[in-house]
Amino acid sequence: MNVLVALKRVVDAEVSVRPTADGSAVDTANVRMAMNPFDEVALEEAVRWKEHALATEVVVVSCGPSACQDTLRTALAFGADRAVLVQADADLQPLAVAKLLKAVAEREGSGIIVCGKQAIDDDSGQTGQMLAALLGWSQAVAAAKVELGGDGALVTQEIDGGAEVLQLPLPFVLTVDLHLNHPRYPSLPNVLKAKKRPVEVLLPADLGVDVAPRLATVRIAEAPRRRGGGRVADVSELLSKLRDEARVIP
Amino acid sequence: MATLVLAEHDNRALTPATRSAVAAAMSFGADVHVLVTGADCATAAGAAAGVPGVVKVLQAQASYLADQTAENVAATLLAAVRAGGYSHLVAPAAGLGRAVLPRVAAALDVEQVADVVAIEAPDTFVRPIYAGALLATVQSRDPVKVVTVRPIAFEPVPAAGGTAPIESVPAAADTGLSRVVTRESSRSDRPDLASARVVVAGGRALGSAENFKLLDALAARLGGAVGASRAAVDAGYVGNNLQIGQSGKIVSPDLYVAVGISGAVQHIAGMKDSKVIVAINRDPEAPIFQLADYGLVGDLFEVVPALLAALD
Ligand SMILES: Cc1cc2nc3c(=O)[nH]c(=O)nc-3n(C[C@H](O)[C@H](O)[C@H](O)COP(=O)(O)OP(=O)(O)OC[C@H]3O[C@@H](n4cnc5c(N)ncnc54)[C@H](O)[C@@H]3O)c2cc1C
Ligand SMILES: Nc1ncnc2c1ncn2[C@@H]1O[C@H](COP(=O)(O)O)[C@@H](O)[C@H]1O
Repeated sequence: MNVLVALKRVVDAEVSVRPTADGSAVDTANVRMAMNPFDEVALEEAVRWKEHALATEVVVVSCGPSACQDTLRTALAFGADRAVLVQADADLQPLAVAKLLKAVAEREGSGIIVCGKQAIDDDSGQTGQMLAALLGWSQAVAAAKVELGGDGALVTQEIDGGAEVLQLPLPFVLTVDLHLNHPRYPSLPNVLKAKKRPVEVLLPADLGVDVAPRLATVRIAEAPRRRGGGRVADVSELLSKLRDEARVIP
Repeated sequence: MATLVLAEHDNRALTPATRSAVAAAMSFGADVHVLVTGADCATAAGAAAGVPGVVKVLQAQASYLADQTAENVAATLLAAVRAGGYSHLVAPAAGLGRAVLPRVAAALDVEQVADVVAIEAPDTFVRPIYAGALLATVQSRDPVKVVTVRPIAFEPVPAAGGTAPIESVPAAADTGLSRVVTRESSRSDRPDLASARVVVAGGRALGSAENFKLLDALAARLGGAVGASRAAVDAGYVGNNLQIGQSGKIVSPDLYVAVGISGAVQHIAGMKDSKVIVAINRDPEAPIFQLADYGLVGDLFEVVPALLAALD
């Protein structure tokens, strides 16, 4: 079975970003970029299926500027078999990404598509579900455990106040939570080898997808900062402040 | 054109988050309808009819809607939207809405706007990005606006006082896609984390599941719920669904007590809107102190027992 893993190149989780001076966009010039952490987990899971002969081929796909090739090469060093870049410099929003991923999955004949639960830049958490809907496939979101076998999978998915186990028939889309696994570090020889491996480059037009954004960005602003920094010397001062000043305990 | 809210319910009552979604929906200025789906959800539909501001309740019942799988709920919601000609579709940014609304948006060929925290106009929404460090204001050009709203950002409308009519609507055919095998709820007698008035959260410093009992005791004493950082969840001290932050729950209790939590941006994303924040940490430089109203530098294994003793 062919497994497709969707990888987004995002600003590294350690970097703090600001709006551009005119507040029209997020300033991402010269900041460190990385593979979306949730997508590393997605990739790790797919590579393990391959290692356990549950998948025949793991194809990674990223949609975005040509610099996404770095992310894809990291994925090849991880153990992915092939990489596809859908190259677009425009702002790609989740619906457009879902349409591109659908087109790639159909070309590849994928049976399973694995996405992250959310991209840590836009924090939308919707691309995987949109993709599943466009394909008419089943879905599990925020998967914390996956047992692949036979003609489907048992997926433990987090729900508010608990967890549920879903039986998903093939084909399906999974979005994964960080709790699913601990991604490996690719070895240096694999990283070097991956530098020379090809990345297939497609354009949205090749796939017949209109990627025009549906949401216009009106403004990007810094979130108001909370003013903290108050200190108390000990437990009794804390309790008296909570009672008499903040009035949050009786 | 009216606005349709997807109800989250347990067949009896609506979640408070659904009433927050109704509050957000009312700000569009059009009639608000609520869709209740399930196998035996008449009581929940009745509860929805009692919510002031709701003009009509749509009730879709079918045996295969009992587990409210995303695929089946989405199919029924899509049918209701097509039949009713809605301009807006709203759900709480929580389990059901997060699973279902993107499916419906994609089927309608519109972009979803997730995790909305403010509504500036019927087509203009504010949502946090980059773990809440930035706020993006976006304007939708789509004919139907599909939005999930953060419950903490919209004061819920009351649970009772309204008298909306209930109309039966057809459930879409069973999609035959995913099926629920088991569902476990880890509910305790303690308030639900998402709506608790007090949250006591522990981090990596707790060191073990056993030590988390200290926080259980403190939460019980304060009538609150226990939460955790990702480091504590990853270490297996508590379950996944207690995680607070960018990739966990978003909470805004009256009182948040962060115990042995450093205050990474991803954690802050989930609790910075709490009314009063207390931090207990032995490192005076820990970033959590920058947003705490009351910071106490000290060893949690001394401070928390002393707090418990002083509260008794
Ligand atoms: C994509 C992504 C998503 C993430 N999502 C989340 C999320 O949703 N929620 C979340 O919480 N994190 C999240 N994280 C992780 C986050 O970056 C931090 O790693 C995590 O919050 C740290 O948890 P912590 O504060 O418990 O641990 P640490 O950072 O290790 O802090 C432990 C603190 O305890 C203090 N301490 C130690 N011993 C004692 C003692 N005896 N008494 C008092 N204080 C003591 C230390 O001084 C330290 O400040 C995410 C990370 C990424 C990359
Ligand atoms: N531009 C992209 N290229 C490839 N995959 C993407 C892209 N955008 C989103 N995804 C996938 O969709 C997931 C959820 O993204 P989002 O809905 O934006 O939070 C990510 O974790 C990726 O797996």
